[in-house]
Amino acid sequence: MTQAANLPLWAALPVALLLLTGAGLGLIGSVGLLRLRNFYERIHAPTLATTLGIGFILLASALHFSVLQSRPVLHEVLIAVLMVITTPVTLMLLARAALYRDRREGDPEVPPLPPQVSRPQRRDG
Amino acid sequence: MSVALLGWSILLAQVLLAAAMGCAAFRVLRGPRAQDRVLALDTLYINAAMLLLVFGIRTGSTHYFEAALLIALLGFVATAALSKFLMRGEVIE
Amino acid sequence: MTRWLPYPLLTLALLAAWLLLAESLSPGAFLLGALVALLASWVLAVLAPPKARLRRLGAVPGLLAMVLVEVVRSNNAVARIILRPGGARPPRSGFVRIPLDLRNPYGLAALACILTATPGTVWVEYDSSDGTMLLHVLDLIDEEAWVRIIKDRWERRLMEIFE
Repeated sequence: MTQAANLPLWAALPVALLLLTGAGLGLIGSVGLLRLRNFYERIHAPTLATTLGIGFILLASALHFSVLQSRPVLHEVLIAVLMVITTPVTLMLLARAALYRDRREGDPEVPPLPPQVSRPQRRDG
Repeated sequence: MSVALLGWSILLAQVLLAAAMGCAAFRVLRGPRAQDRVLALDTLYINAAMLLLVFGIRTGSTHYFEAALLIALLGFVATAALSKFLMRGEVIE
Repeated sequence: MTRWLPYPLLTLALLAAWLLLAESLSPGAFLLGALVALLASWVLAVLAPPKARLRRLGAVPGLLAMVLVEVVRSNNAVARIILRPGGARPPRSGFVRIPLDLRNPYGLAALACILTATPGTVWVEYDSSDGTMLLHVLDLIDEEAWVRIIKDRWERRLMEIFE
């Protein structure tokens, strides 16, 4: 907390708000992992952390360092871009893996394969 | 004023994120199925990246940013490989 | 131009990422970044992915703004469901199969990313033989309403851009 002293109040206030909102969304997402009932419901919970949660914290970080060093510090954009690109991919892969496993075990809760084809074509591999 | 405000909110954010990591870790240990564990591990990675960013704000050092970037990157690769493994039983076909 | 610079947008984006990581605009960083970006774009040209053609670039910022609004709105909705007292029980969650008219692979990828990135919906699979996709929705009160939302809000706009 040594550097925080240099931050003026007009910047400290939004940084604090963004930090608390982002961390709160991260916590809600993880609590959702515990409270929701099955895997397909739980897969929705971490998107809170990966969209706005980390987004707010990145904004707080960018604002904090830009004011502190009195020059625009924008490399937080890289993590934001990375999250935007990677989150849908991991969640889709995971959902498809779970569906495949449940179908192979004959779980009646999941929808079966469409009747006219044996396997969907794997476009996205 | 601004020192106290920022100091306390950084502390609170760290506590919230640590609790979030705890929830995710509990789900990793508890399961019940492999896909639940992988999903929780992915959440754990993201919470860790967020916690590192908050550490960076606390210490005023930009080095934590690179650690957060690496963790986010590794989390993606790990989750993709694990889901592939769940689907096929092997990572590289 | 096309031979030496096959993917100008990708090259520029990689150069920007390099400069952001290096945190400098010195000629050395610029030169090295340009070299890396050019090499990477040549590698992609060797891989030869199918060409993407964006019909209406002007519609992209509007779409991104809509995605942002939708992400904020559904963050709020999902957080409410999770924090609901007495066990996080969404009214009804489930799978819904939605027929799509969009066929362009990049358009489908964009739709998948938009739907998965907004909390509350996860794209599960796409069946290219009959053009339907399987979506898991956390708050599936009305299946018809979801089909309408997907088709009117996203698919139509993506078809304007990609097809």
